[in-house]
Amino acid sequence: MSSPTVLATTLIDAKFVDYLIILLYFGVVLGIGLLARRQVSDSLDFFLSGRSLPAWVTGLAFISANLGAVEIMGMSANGAQFGLPAVHYFWVGAIPAMLFLGVVMMPFYYGSKVRSVPEFMFRRFGTGAHLVNSISFAVAQLLIAGINLFLLGSIVHALLGWSLWVALIVAAVIVLSYITLGGLSAAIYNEVLQFFVIVAALLPLTLIGLHRVGGWDGLTDGITKAANAHPDTIAPAEQQLNSWPGNALTGFTSDFWSVVGIVFGLGFVLSFGYWTTNFVEVQRAMASNSISSARKTPIIGAYPKMFVPFITIIPGMIAAVLVSEIAKFKSGEAVAGGASGEGVTYNDSLLLLMRDVLPNGLLGVAIAGLLAAFMAGMAANISAFNTVWSYDLWQRYVVKDRSDEYYLLVGRLATVAAVVIAIFTASLASNFSNIMNYLQTLFGFFNAPLFATFILGMFWKRMTPTAGWVGLVAGTVSAVAVAFLSEDAFGSWSTGVIPIGGQGASFVAAGAAFVVDIVLSIAVSMVTQPKPASELRGLVYSETPREDLVDPDEAGRPWYQRTLPLAGIALVLVIILNLIF
Amino acid sequence: MAQNQHTAGAFDIRNIIGALIGLYGVILTVMGIFGDQERDKTGGVNANLWAGLVMLAIGLAFLVWARLRPVVVPPHQEQVADQDEVR
Repeated sequence: MSSPTVLATTLIDAKFVDYLIILLYFGVVLGIGLLARRQVSDSLDFFLSGRSLPAWVTGLAFISANLGAVEIMGMSANGAQFGLPAVHYFWVGAIPAMLFLGVVMMPFYYGSKVRSVPEFMFRRFGTGAHLVNSISFAVAQLLIAGINLFLLGSIVHALLGWSLWVALIVAAVIVLSYITLGGLSAAIYNEVLQFFVIVAALLPLTLIGLHRVGGWDGLTDGITKAANAHPDTIAPAEQQLNSWPGNALTGFTSDFWSVVGIVFGLGFVLSFGYWTTNFVEVQRAMASNSISSARKTPIIGAYPKMFVPFITIIPGMIAAVLVSEIAKFKSGEAVAGGASGEGVTYNDSLLLLMRDVLPNGLLGVAIAGLLAAFMAGMAANISAFNTVWSYDLWQRYVVKDRSDEYYLLVGRLATVAAVVIAIFTASLASNFSNIMNYLQTLFGFFNAPLFATFILGMFWKRMTPTAGWVGLVAGTVSAVAVAFLSEDAFGSWSTGVIPIGGQGASFVAAGAAFVVDIVLSIAVSMVTQPKPASELRGLVYSETPREDLVDPDEAGRPWYQRTLPLAGIALVLVIILNLIF
Repeated sequence: MAQNQHTAGAFDIRNIIGALIGLYGVILTVMGIFGDQERDKTGGVNANLWAGLVMLAIGLAFLVWARLRPVVVPPHQEQVADQDEVR
């Protein structure tokens, strides 16, 4: 599939020292898998790390699990294309949602002792909603693991000149070996390690890149010049250099609707849906050692998360100025080459910037960091998938009441199967031009209605089991419908009946899913039978005694170890960041 | 239960982070001193040297932290029993 010339000119010219650094990294990753294997004694260990990890470890794993392909390639691509408005994914999107998860929702998850988010669904709404949630989650994880694998493969392809298929398979085998060996503990330990390697990779890249373009002023000058030279293809500089109102990002012409789209669509529905119900993330918090640690997990994660845009979006913006290929592509020219071999796209921004500014040595760290990030993303998806598959689907519906070892084996087999399937979904992912769009579209389908159902179910005891699954299905269907009717949410499959495109289409799809879910859930609840109040303890706010939701030890600790003060400070910081940019 | 409490030792994530980042620091510092500095790429900065020294410092900090405040791993079975009692 790759032409012979690709071998002669790989995108990046790595030397011995770079390979040494990359090999060291993989040695450590596999070593963690082997070490963790000695400690895995039962299935709770394998799936939830025996609920034994401290909050800073699970907090870093919490953001690392998400610091995969989506963040790094997708966000640098967004930075190159849209400029600063891409920060909304962090400061309007992720952070408020993470704080909400820690403060409001985590006590229900951890306190009810469920092993997965779908299991919570089962306890609250019974079989229908549980089945819908488990299956849609499992399918989504396979697709997303495929995207991560595709990006991982395309980097190896760009770096070594291996064909994409060989790269996909080798990458898959490495991820597979460390998860099957060590389970969630190995995945989490690697995620924490990956976090540091990723920062070590991206921080020097950003600093040297900024130095090369002449600091922040040089960057803004470069963006302004490019925008003025090509007013027909590049968004105006003031839109790229101010995060609000973000018209270029949403694709809405009206400032007002753009802000509404970002705050409601991205901030409220998409991000709250993603961060509060996505088991990939929540699983990390469930692995912590107390309810207090579980609540602090997303809140501690919020602090580094706040600064991630500085090392992902800003390098993208720098690449659009400094890297000639990306600058040309932005002005509307087609440029041959790129990681995919089918022309340069925004997704190549980071790789090309690395090529242009990093000396050998740091280049190796940067490549290790990217490989780490994609493996983190994929490992997170797979380890969440195998929990849901073994506990929520296999144990509950297919083969019940077997020994612990049996389900541990099922989990390991599910991991292998998931990796094989991910290799095929990876080829699916290559059909979409902007990976971020594709992911947002998927999240809209699965997470927005899920969040609506959860939040209603947690605070409204009247909500019935029937309403649970009806809302979920109807919400997902309406998101799919909007995506088909939009201009490009589904690439070439979209029909363009509704004249919105870009990320705005995802925001509208998610918004529609949320509203439809809430309206239908209320309507259906009115005519069906609710669960008796006695079964809702620990699941619904009004039926749960206050002391079930907090850690009794926490009040005696200093402020920096308590949930609410930490969340408050994070909130203030993120508001300040929004005001500055 | 018969198992005594023990420290996490090599499995302590801080030791792993410290070792890897510290090793990277050593490699980059050596590259910065003896290798090709490629100042045309970095805009005149010896990037490997500076990044190497910073990583070395961070790696050491993690190792020291793990040494000063070791994690004590409670015997696993006991902990699970504990949680059930609280319930």
